[in-house]
Amino acid sequence: MAAAARLFIRGAHSTLAISGVGTGKQSSLFKLSAGCSSRLKAQRHVAHFTFQPDPPTTEYGATQKMNLFQSITSALDNTLASDPTAVIFGEDVAFGGVFRCTVGLRDKYGKDRVFNTPLCEQGIVGFGIGAATAGATAIAEIQFADYIFPAFDQIVNEAAKYRYRSGNLFDCGNLTIRAPWGCVGHGSLYHSQSPEAYFVHCPGIKVVIPRSPLQAKGLLLSCIADNNPCLFFEPKILYRAAVEQVPVDSYTIPLSQAEVLQEGSDLTLVAWGTQIHVLKEVANMAQEKLGVSCEVIDLRTILPWDTETVCKVTAAAPAVTSATVV
Amino acid sequence: LSDFTPQATFDIKKCDVHRLEAGPPVKAELTREQGLQYYRTMQMVRRMELKADQLYKQKIIRGFCHLYDGQEACAAGIEAAINPSDHLITAYRAHGYTYTRGVSVREILAELTGRIGGVAKGKGGSMHMYAPHFYGGNGIVGAQVPLGAGIALACQYQGNNQICVALYGDGAANQGQLFESFNMAALWKLPCVFICENNKYGMGTSVERASASTDYYKRGDFIPGLRVDGMDVLCVREAARFAADHCRAGKGPIIMELQTYRYHGHSMSDPGVSYRTREEIQEVRSKSDPISLLKERLLSNNMASVEELKEIDIQIRKEVEEAAQFATSDPEPPLEELCNHIFSNNPPLEVRGTNPWSKLKSIS
Repeated sequence: MAAAARLFIRGAHSTLAISGVGTGKQSSLFKLSAGCSSRLKAQRHVAHFTFQPDPPTTEYGATQKMNLFQSITSALDNTLASDPTAVIFGEDVAFGGVFRCTVGLRDKYGKDRVFNTPLCEQGIVGFGIGAATAGATAIAEIQFADYIFPAFDQIVNEAAKYRYRSGNLFDCGNLTIRAPWGCVGHGSLYHSQSPEAYFVHCPGIKVVIPRSPLQAKGLLLSCIADNNPCLFFEPKILYRAAVEQVPVDSYTIPLSQAEVLQEGSDLTLVAWGTQIHVLKEVANMAQEKLGVSCEVIDLRTILPWDTETVCKVTAAAPAVTSATVV
Repeated sequence: LSDFTPQATFDIKKCDVHRLEAGPPVKAELTREQGLQYYRTMQMVRRMELKADQLYKQKIIRGFCHLYDGQEACAAGIEAAINPSDHLITAYRAHGYTYTRGVSVREILAELTGRIGGVAKGKGGSMHMYAPHFYGGNGIVGAQVPLGAGIALACQYQGNNQICVALYGDGAANQGQLFESFNMAALWKLPCVFICENNKYGMGTSVERASASTDYYKRGDFIPGLRVDGMDVLCVREAARFAADHCRAGKGPIIMELQTYRYHGHSMSDPGVSYRTREEIQEVRSKSDPISLLKERLLSNNMASVEELKEIDIQIRKEVEEAAQFATSDPEPPLEELCNHIFSNNPPLEVRGTNPWSKLKSIS
């Protein structure tokens, strides 16, 4: 499950001698990946990446060690505490959720604020749109992003267009839809999908995908605060694997702002979610083995995405690679 | 051999009916041959599922695995009532139906282990097994029901007197697409038997907590319904026969709710005891086990002997063991097979692999 990267060489400014790369057999980068693949096959690794935590920060106050699902719980806890209109609903969220993202919340805040829905994704989102329009901060959970498709019509035709079609009289900006996302190694057809591409061509909604617990909590709180309906996809493979120091209190990370994780001069690598950790490794390998200096950007918000940062950076390092989790 | 009773009549539980003047008969006839056949079928499914449990715990089967033990009477009873030329589609708890629809245990276990000898050539896995007139094996909850209605339409259109049995669970009973299917089937009088296998829990959610009405046999509203004891293979058979006759007579769709129970959790990652008590499971096992019920009937009516049934058990264990051997030793499908059959295409299509220099071919 390694990177799926497509190389586009654009500028005449590129001083890179990369003629060997495309032909496969000659390049050392390819040899390295081939070696990785066969090693993977023998060891049956789920995915070849190591979660790379960000350095701890005191920017947002006292922190605590949390993994990804705990950082989500923390964000939801902060929300339920500060916003009396906030409600969380979805399949199996009451006992804590199949990924433990809502553990303890029902006991703490009551069964009228954290409740289960029956098995009906279209109903869950439609219901969420209504609740949000009427003034509740509605946080809906779709159990796996793979199951979001019965709700596609509600998201694209109802949620995204409510404000526009009512001339700003009504909106469902209070709606946030969360779903576990992405490959996990054993998920196969219906527990591995990364469906963001279906949604990111729809004006009126926002799509956000975090790479880590620290990012996740801040971005989720931003989505909840944002006055537009938001889809928040959580990389399920990171739920336990990603551990970081995460602020205990509420904080937000701005939407539609990409983050430059590493500066470079030859090549730009753009990604989101789990793939960031793969590309950080790739950037190091490229530096070591090929002497190629890579810039790594985490898009964070996929729609509307930060065109300014990406374009400004690629003006300096002309080649762009975009990669996403398969 | 000739000492055995060749045939007996048994009292079976009366079915609750909805929008029907009369339900299935309250007596069922069983011949010795049928009894042994149903016993063999249910025991085979039971042992196959337990073997799958074992292989899963040994990490030889991976991914998702939803086991059917406890519900054998449903699959066996339905198959006894319909013809092989009829059609059947179900959700992901499908290993039992794959067997009753004619796939060997060998091919089922090999599919679970992802080998080339599996019924879907190792590419489908637990939730995607198929056979002639058996349309799987479907992962998305409730999505198979509109498909079932469509298959029934094809039967009606072709005038071949075949029916479609479309199964779903108590959790799926709240999906919107079911009601769309009910409406279409009733409007066009499709020969579709909708069957809700109510095993009381949708994953970990009990039916009372998920459904405003737990009378699943009435949920079709304008569609007639039957509520059936799903632990009694004879009850299931009589009800399924009644339902099939209803459809073949051109009366339109009918709903059957089979009240049944699964011993395992929802899947292999669910121990199954956090939302129900071990006592409950044990009680069902001791009082309502479908295989035990049939066995008692056969023995107490002198239709089979203890030794005979034991011999059948031994043969079944042997067959399952051999199938497991095959499933563990058969090779995995070659990498060249990975991307085939994405499209039906001509010429071959190139598919991106895990890195830009490994391209896989897709042919069909």
